[in-house]
Amino acid sequence: MSVNTHELVERQAQAASDRATSWRNTVMDGLFRNLTRLFALLVLCLLAAIFVSLVIGGWTAIEKFGPRFLVTEEWNPVTEDFGALVPIYGTLVTSLIALLIALPVSFGIALFLTELAPTWLRRPLGMAIELLAAIPSIIYGMWGLFVFAPVFQRYAEPAIKATLGNLPGVGALFSGPPMGIGMLTAGIILGIMVIPFIAAVMRDVFELAPPMLKESAHALGATTWEVVWKVVLPYTKIGVVGGVMLGLGRALGETMAVTFVIGNAHELSLSLLAPGNSIASALANEFTEAVGDIYASALIELGLILFLITSIVLALSKLLLARLAKREGTQT
Amino acid sequence: MSYAKTAENPIYRRRRRTNVLMLSLSSGTVVFGLFWLAWILIVLLMEGTDSLRPALFSESTPPPGAAGGLANAIVGSLLMVGFGTLIGTPVGIFAGTYLAEYGKTSVLARATRFINDVLLSAPSIVIGLFIYAVYVAKVKHFSGWAGSLALAIIVVPVVVRTTDDMLRLVPNSLREAAVALGCPQWKMITAICYRAARAGIGTGVLLAIARISGETAPLLFTALNNQFFSTDMNQPMANLPVVIFQFAMSPYDEWHRLAWGGAALITLSVLGLNILARTLLARKT
Repeated sequence: MSVNTHELVERQAQAASDRATSWRNTVMDGLFRNLTRLFALLVLCLLAAIFVSLVIGGWTAIEKFGPRFLVTEEWNPVTEDFGALVPIYGTLVTSLIALLIALPVSFGIALFLTELAPTWLRRPLGMAIELLAAIPSIIYGMWGLFVFAPVFQRYAEPAIKATLGNLPGVGALFSGPPMGIGMLTAGIILGIMVIPFIAAVMRDVFELAPPMLKESAHALGATTWEVVWKVVLPYTKIGVVGGVMLGLGRALGETMAVTFVIGNAHELSLSLLAPGNSIASALANEFTEAVGDIYASALIELGLILFLITSIVLALSKLLLARLAKREGTQT
Repeated sequence: MSYAKTAENPIYRRRRRTNVLMLSLSSGTVVFGLFWLAWILIVLLMEGTDSLRPALFSESTPPPGAAGGLANAIVGSLLMVGFGTLIGTPVGIFAGTYLAEYGKTSVLARATRFINDVLLSAPSIVIGLFIYAVYVAKVKHFSGWAGSLALAIIVVPVVVRTTDDMLRLVPNSLREAAVALGCPQWKMITAICYRAARAGIGTGVLLAIARISGETAPLLFTALNNQFFSTDMNQPMANLPVVIFQFAMSPYDEWHRLAWGGAALITLSVLGLNILARTLLARKT
């Protein structure tokens, strides 16, 4: 009897301690779950927070200039009259040049890495190309200003002027003195910088093309090029566009490299050889020196415009890539 | 029709020619890409190595015309990158854990992943503006803390992405085994999943450190710069990228040389971190 009582007491104590453990685990589970969810919500709100803070910071300028801000080229800190046309134009033009260069090059690199390179070479080669993306943008800027621009000015720009500059129509794009720095130089350097981003996406989506389709085309006698151009590319079209958008998003917001070589001139000129300005480089150069509320506020509004454009481009890129991945999921 | 598949068939020959031409162009683009990498690295090594003297690490940034080093900038960069990583990493790991372990394919998780991917490529200068607006403008002075916060915001999306990806690679059988032994979920995640995904998450953190080490734009309006040696995080703080920017844009030869030294230093460490992270990951998977 006494033994049984003893056992019973022990069992009750055990049960109580089990309940305590399980209760503690329930609490910890809830805590951990909600803690991680809190941080996920924080990330979710970050984008909105950035947007709201820029709207508030730029409100003085938004109120004062209205939509006119987007289409006027005046940029005068003395009279406090600001318009964003020049930097917006410079941002778009340099990014466009970058894409013109990066698109075919990235396609070639992705093709080489997925179809041509022997397997042992793929990883080191892919890594070397990705290192291009790892080099900090300020290094591109310094190299661009001190090394690339003088070479470009001496050898490439006169050649471009002598050939493309004489063509009717596009000639105006390549007029003016060769200065080494300018929108074309900035565009070329941006192009080099976004190559690894676009190439990496293209390589990844090319690998999504079903081997069955490729083998069928090969069996019908198609050459490697025909397989890539007529089978792989149509199949991965959406993903390729997504990759290009990602590169565009990167190019639009790139700051330091462009700041070094674009020339920072608040002038609208048709010639690509002329210095210009981009949104990011205007911010980098002028923001800490901006005196007066309206000047600073106009610069913040520029930042807001840049943030809006890049977010839309990046969101589009993400949606396109997700669509490819989803189709991939349903088909296989 | 007799020559349908022979070399004399003009259509067949044209297709072969196109193939050879296009594949050679493709090989050419790889050379084109590597050419720029090689050019930049060679220039950095040539210009930078003669600046990499002991004085670079022991003396602070000089006034124009005098000799000096980058000690204050190096220490400032290390401090801000360190604190940026310390602030950003836990936020990123927790948020990534939620996405992979709890949220999975819920609306909240999918929306967060989407926003995170946009943030991953958001222009870093805008992040600098954001911290300026919410922190610097409020306390009315530039500071090392502001710089660290801006860098932390860049760290977060990188870490979220890798944590999410790596945790989702952990096989479900591990989780089921833990739960079958009566392990509560939080313990399963911290003791089993984190351990299994350790190498991948570590790679993500290393890549994030590499990324912020070279970031200049977000520091321009937050940490600004400081000509003197300072470890006070509440004051404007010197840092390598901004010093390089300022010195490279100056007209002084001595400053240019220091800028090249700093540039070589940053690039070598960033590339080293990248290669380390990638080989770590490659060995683990």
